Amino acid sequence: MNLIGVRAIYTFEMARMFRTLAQSIISPVVTTCLYFVVFGAAIGGRIDQIEGVGYGAFIVPGLIMLLVLTQSTQNASFGIYFPKFSGTIYEVLAAPVSAFEVVTGYVGAAATKSVILGLLVLATATLFVDYQIAHPVFMLLFLILTAVTFSLLGFIVGIWADGFEKLGFVPTLVVLPLVFLGGTFYSIDMLPPVWQTVTLFNPVFYLVSAFRWSFFGTSDVSVGVSLTMITLFLAVALAVVAWIFRTGYRLRD
Amino acid sequence: MTPQHASTPGEASPPALSLRGLTKTYDTGFQALKSVDLDIQRGEIFALLGPNGAGKTTLISIVCGIVRASGGQVEVNGHDIVRDWRRARSLIGLVPQELSTDSFETVRDTVSFTRGLYGRRRNPAHIEHVLRSLSLWDKRDARIRTLSGGMRRRVLIAKALAHEPELLFLDEPTAGVDVELRREMWALVRELREQGVTVVLTTHYIEEAEEMADRVGVINHGEIILVERKDALMHKLGRKRLTLHLQTALAEVPASLAHLDLELADDGHQLIYTFDTQAERTGITRLLQDLSSAGIRFSDMHTEQSTLEEIFVDLVHGGQEPPP
Repeated sequence: MNLIGVRAIYTFEMARMFRTLAQSIISPVVTTCLYFVVFGAAIGGRIDQIEGVGYGAFIVPGLIMLLVLTQSTQNASFGIYFPKFSGTIYEVLAAPVSAFEVVTGYVGAAATKSVILGLLVLATATLFVDYQIAHPVFMLLFLILTAVTFSLLGFIVGIWADGFEKLGFVPTLVVLPLVFLGGTFYSIDMLPPVWQTVTLFNPVFYLVSAFRWSFFGTSDVSVGVSLTMITLFLAVALAVVAWIFRTGYRLRD
Repeated sequence: MTPQHASTPGEASPPALSLRGLTKTYDTGFQALKSVDLDIQRGEIFALLGPNGAGKTTLISIVCGIVRASGGQVEVNGHDIVRDWRRARSLIGLVPQELSTDSFETVRDTVSFTRGLYGRRRNPAHIEHVLRSLSLWDKRDARIRTLSGGMRRRVLIAKALAHEPELLFLDEPTAGVDVELRREMWALVRELREQGVTVVLTTHYIEEAEEMADRVGVINHGEIILVERKDALMHKLGRKRLTLHLQTALAEVPASLAHLDLELADDGHQLIYTFDTQAERTGITRLLQDLSSAGIRFSDMHTEQSTLEEIFVDLVHGGQEPPP
């Protein structure tokens, strides 16, 4: 195991985040504050409580998920796409680092960033609403699992993309709609029955549901189901990454 | 820059690089390498010459693990690049042909990153030595995108040396590089050789191979068509040119001398005779006699050995295009 190599990739990627601090940290936090103002104040005024939780507090887990999912996908895809684009990927391919070590470095860094961002939003939220976290350990577990899974997805997107258009396609046109339609800002009980059924096919729904449970102890589906689904996504993402390295897909001729 | 994986004295050491039946066919069906066999000894400077598309970069990319071989075997210091890939790769440094560098990182960070990637512990003293030897020390905290093309080329070389490789590939190292840097690189390569590093370079600049290489391999259409010690190659295939400075200019080569391979230059003031140094008869005596009988007098004469470039062109074009 080339741990020094893993650390090199990880610190290189983390340095990239801190170099672009404004873009990496400040802007997602500012955006989240805007969501609080718009959704919390404007819509919250019309919705009193959902499942016994004030609307402002109800959307906190959803907002964190929104940010973690989009940022994980974006950061991880960019992290691996840019070396491909600039040509510096040759070095990673030629170095004595295994596929597992490469993924650990890149995905680990992207997931770390997302977790930091998630916690920052959590802290920011205290400025707007009062909330309690019923199961903090599970909250962290779900946060990390989600960040890792979607960073893996981002890694796959970054390998697959052969242009900046494709790179932006998945985070903005796939992940973002799934998040909005996944019960981020509402409980699916509020939807007509048909849309409730449709929502069950949205993978993000299970992430949001489980994450909200860790805050308030209530959820749309049982935590066991959510956890199973998250683990399933993680397994699928890992299988795809393993396939990429075995076949050299878009990495090695 | 001391190699870390030196072999025990007394042990018969395997070649620095050994290729056996190496083939590569790309998905497009293009056969880039057709069963290449090649051994490169430790401490050697080997120049791989060939026109564009001959397979030079494919060969290097396979050894470095960037491209997968379709068949055959590659060993680096006796380590198979597939079975024992970690050991094999840790011994190799690569300076790629393309100027592929990071943009926003500093010179020192990017060079240190490479060292880490290769699993080597931090060693600021070594990094400093590498940067100084490439005149990059003053630029150590500069972001790479602010550097000129020549400086970025140096950065790539520094990266390739960051982990103290034993086998260094320089793929077209001096393409688009000014004379000063080319000289510095030659000096650096010699310094590396003194430390026991094996250097394989591909180049279009025959001057470079001529200046540095111990042995020369010529590759064309995916096949190694020749491997020879440089001096032996130049001796064996070398042609010489005898230039005679005439006292009186000639308008054309006299008919009595038409049977000889002669040409006029410098508005008829020079008569040039090309001959093969290895031929049984060079024909010089005969030429001088014939000139004398034709009443042609000359004031000076000198001979020149043909360059490796001319030899190379001759080889690659199958002798159809003889050197000038």
